[in-house]
Amino acid sequence: MSEVHAALADHGHEHHPRLQHHFDSLEQQLYASTFGMWVFLVTEVLFFGGLFMAYIVYRIWYPDMFVHASSHLSVPLGTFNTAVLIGSSLTMAYAVNAAQRGARPREQVIWLFGTMVLGAIFLGVKVIEYMDKITHHLVPGPNFHFEDPAYQATAQIYYSLYFALTGLHASHMIVGMVILAILAYKAAKGQFTAEWYTPVEIMGLYWHFVDLVWIFLFPLLYLIGGAH
Amino acid sequence: MEASIAKPTNYLNATHGAASWFLTKDHKRIALLYLISVSIFFLMGGVFASLIRLELLTPAGDFVSSETYNKFFTMHGVMMVFFFLIPSIPATLGNFLVPMMIGAKDLAFPRINLLSWYIYLVGGLMAVSAMVMGGVDTGWTFYTPYSTAVSNTHVVMTGVGIFIAGFSSILTGFNFIVTIHTMRAPGMTWMRLPLFIWAHYAASLIMIMGTPVIAVTLLMVVLERVLHFGFFDPTRGGDPVLYQHLFWFYSHPAVYIMVLPGMGVISELIAGFSRKPVFGYSFVAVSSLGIAFVGFLVWGHHMFTSSQSIYAGLIFSFLSYLVAIPSAIKVFNWTATLYKGSISWESPMLYAMGFIGLFTIGGLTGLFLSAIGLDLHLHDGYFVVAHFHYVMVGGTLLAYLGGLHFWWPKITGKLYYEPFAKVSAVIVFVGFNLTFFPQFILGYMGMPRRYHQYPEIDGWQVLNVLSTAGASILALGVILPAFYLTYSWFKGPPAGPNPWGVTGLEWETASPPPTANFEETPIVTRPPYAFTNEDAHV
Repeated sequence: MSEVHAALADHGHEHHPRLQHHFDSLEQQLYASTFGMWVFLVTEVLFFGGLFMAYIVYRIWYPDMFVHASSHLSVPLGTFNTAVLIGSSLTMAYAVNAAQRGARPREQVIWLFGTMVLGAIFLGVKVIEYMDKITHHLVPGPNFHFEDPAYQATAQIYYSLYFALTGLHASHMIVGMVILAILAYKAAKGQFTAEWYTPVEIMGLYWHFVDLVWIFLFPLLYLIGGAH
Repeated sequence: MEASIAKPTNYLNATHGAASWFLTKDHKRIALLYLISVSIFFLMGGVFASLIRLELLTPAGDFVSSETYNKFFTMHGVMMVFFFLIPSIPATLGNFLVPMMIGAKDLAFPRINLLSWYIYLVGGLMAVSAMVMGGVDTGWTFYTPYSTAVSNTHVVMTGVGIFIAGFSSILTGFNFIVTIHTMRAPGMTWMRLPLFIWAHYAASLIMIMGTPVIAVTLLMVVLERVLHFGFFDPTRGGDPVLYQHLFWFYSHPAVYIMVLPGMGVISELIAGFSRKPVFGYSFVAVSSLGIAFVGFLVWGHHMFTSSQSIYAGLIFSFLSYLVAIPSAIKVFNWTATLYKGSISWESPMLYAMGFIGLFTIGGLTGLFLSAIGLDLHLHDGYFVVAHFHYVMVGGTLLAYLGGLHFWWPKITGKLYYEPFAKVSAVIVFVGFNLTFFPQFILGYMGMPRRYHQYPEIDGWQVLNVLSTAGASILALGVILPAFYLTYSWFKGPPAGPNPWGVTGLEWETASPPPTANFEETPIVTRPPYAFTNEDAHV
């Protein structure tokens, strides 16, 4: 025990309860966490990158097929979802701002919860779109049926990409919403202050990244179909 | 005799019980968890290697069927590449040393570090389950369309296991990068970092940027097998070669995940046992980044014979030659470091010398294979097998063993019996060369890889018998340390803080180190490897 006391005395000042023992200061800890999230996002870019690479290759090989296959996606629903996601980025930015200011727990929770609701709306619309693809036999595999027989085989590549890209994106949103729920719970307990708001800050980076992926997916998947 | 003096508290005896290990956030304990688990996977990979060599003892396929043999070499590759070589040095020595060498108390994210071990374990258990249930026969490369449409073995489970284990590698690299950026002790500038750190930094960049690509690629294979997606299916206009591009975009740089940390170990060993700063420190440091960067641009040399355009082949050939430059910088600078050094021949130095020789052969034969004309002849033959084993085993495994011997006194606080270590280093070197050098000749004569039988011509059997004999010697050489190192942990004499008399922050603290690594945060005033005051003012 005496060693512990000596170690405590050695530091000479009170520690913030959120400061982990292996960091020297809250600033260092925030820097490490934020930097860590950026590094993680680099990983995420490469993770999606493999599928984007496949998209590029096949788009170059089969430009006509992409146009035809894409015309079966609903541009109004895609546009609506894009607006919803951009809106959720706004509420997320407000949530980060509220945490940074050390705003009242109620305000922090509202913005975090609002972000979750918008995320849920997005996923709900996504489910409607997926159901539509299933009923129209546009899921790749033995039951796939495309109206133009010329594209019966290759259109499956487009829909493989569509489901893999949007599915991967949606799974990232589900993970994000779980974390948002945890953060909202912590915010309600008043854990985030102007001194320590790291989780909300890095969650914001993650959420904006997920939105950004959609900003690429929307034109690449929905808007290449031309007038329909 | 020292009963009256309380034993100093260190990371090993600070807390007790299974939970204190399995829930530890101490990077040093996590390193030991990794050490034990990668050793188990190494053993499994080694068993499959022995079975392969046993089959090839005779030209006829008389030991196992070709189907079983396919599973043997696949499981050998999967175990060794994904579950031993990739995590070997970074997750054990790197985990232990990265915070210590930069004067930090721990990695930036200790909980994520522990998580990475559990993820590794889950991935490994899945791969082992697939193996127990009947194995997989695609080769560790999982080439499509065989893996997606033909093979009826456990591709999905193995693939998911590797997918999961990949995230442990990502998290390790991620943790190292953030730690090196944000946790350096006062005075530990970038140009004062030990070369071990530079090498791990470069390898970490590959881990975070390459691994997600193989993850998503394996995901695509799984989607194609399970849900009948059509990314790589030629009957639907998909391109199997696209799979090869995506696979090698990770798997070629992955070779540098394996060998860069090994190079970091060798830099420490050469400096330590020459009692000199590494010649051209900044070149050796930056060459690690150079290898990581150029390493990302050479993947196409695996596809010289896979319908890749001749112009793409030309560029990939040129870039593959280019990666030899930073590698050669390292070899030349290590050699120059020896010049006028006070060289001593302790066992880690023997491994380091072995590494330089074998890596040089591995690297130079890589140049043979970068030449398109020669590659057309050597492709998918034993020359390739010998080449990459010289890099992966002669390079990474020797560096791993050398590093383990070098830092063993720091990790355990005990000294092992040096004559045993010297003998085993020599056995490994001899056994390795006897195993793999004949394979260069076999490959040049045209023996293809991945067949369980071969024709009785041109003395092929003699060379294969030599190779199998060498493998037995090599096995002895790698099993010996398991005994004398373990023995030393319990019975070895105390090592003291710096048994080799070398430089580095990790040697300035007790052996084994306290949980927080240092009694107080060190302040760095000298460049690395400052053995004399003269060196300190460089």
